Amino acid sequence: MTLQLFLNIVIAFVWMFLQNSWSIATFVIGYLLGMLLLFAFRRFFAQRFYMHNVISIVKLLFIFLRELIKSNITVIRHILKPKLDIRPGIFALPTELKQDWEITTLANLITLTPGTVVVDVSDDNKILYVHAMDIEDKEKAIYEIKTTFEKAIMEVSK
Amino acid sequence: MNIIEISKIVLGFIILLGTALSLVTSIGLIRLPDVYTRSHAASKSATLGVLLILFAAFLLFGINTGHLNARLFLAIVFLFLTAPVAGHLLSRAAYHSNVPLWEKSVEDDLKKRVLEKKQTEQA
Repeated sequence: MTLQLFLNIVIAFVWMFLQNSWSIATFVIGYLLGMLLLFAFRRFFAQRFYMHNVISIVKLLFIFLRELIKSNITVIRHILKPKLDIRPGIFALPTELKQDWEITTLANLITLTPGTVVVDVSDDNKILYVHAMDIEDKEKAIYEIKTTFEKAIMEVSK
Repeated sequence: MNIIEISKIVLGFIILLGTALSLVTSIGLIRLPDVYTRSHAASKSATLGVLLILFAAFLLFGINTGHLNARLFLAIVFLFLTAPVAGHLLSRAAYHSNVPLWEKSVEDDLKKRVLEKKQTEQA
C-alpha cells in the first residue's frame, strides 16, 4: 500500500512539473490522474489497488465512533440503574490476528465496545483477556467481536 | 434566526451533553464496586464527554469567528487514541498487583494463566 501511495504522489509531482504550476489544485488533479493510472496498472502490483485499503480504514473509523456511542449508553444505563445487578468477570478471547498493530487496534476497539475492557494479552499474542461488565452475554460479545472488528481489521491489512 | 443562532443552540446542547456524561462518569466512579468496573466508566464515558465538549468548542469557534482551531481537532484525535490504552494499562497494572475482583464476579480465565506462569518460574 505504501509503495502505491508513494508512486501516486510521485505522479502528482511529475504532473506539477509538466504543467509548470505549483498550486494545490494542480497537485490534486495530478493525484487523481495518478490514481487512474495506478488503477489501470493494478495487475502489476503484488497487492490490490490501495484505495480499497483507504476505504476500509474509513469504515474502521466509523465502527470506532459507533461503538463508542453504544458503549456509553450501556455504561450509563448500568450506572444510573437503582439496583446494581451487574455480573462482572474476565473471559478469554482467542484471536486470529498476527501483527502487533492489528492486535493493538483490536484491543482498543474492544475497550471502546459496550461493557468490555481488555485486561491482558497473552505472551504468544493469541489470546486477549477481556473484563466484561456482564458476563451473561459473553458468547454474544465474542461472536460480535469476531464478526465485526476482526473482519474489519483483516480487511485493512489484506 | 440565522445560522449562527441555530448553531449556538445546537452546540450548547452538545456541550451540556458532554458535561452530563462527565457527571455520570464521576457518579459511576463512586458507585461501581471494584477497579475493573470503574475503569469501564472512566475509559468510556469520560472519553466521549470530553470529546463532545472539544468538538462543540471547535465548531463554535469555527462558525462564530471563522477561526478553525486545528489544535482542538488534534486534541480530539489524541484523546480518542490514548483513552482506551490508559484504561487497559490501569486495569492490567491493577490485575498484576493482585487487586482482587469484586466478590460477585463470575469468571476469571486470566487467573489460571497467571498461576501457571508462577509455577513455571518456580520450577
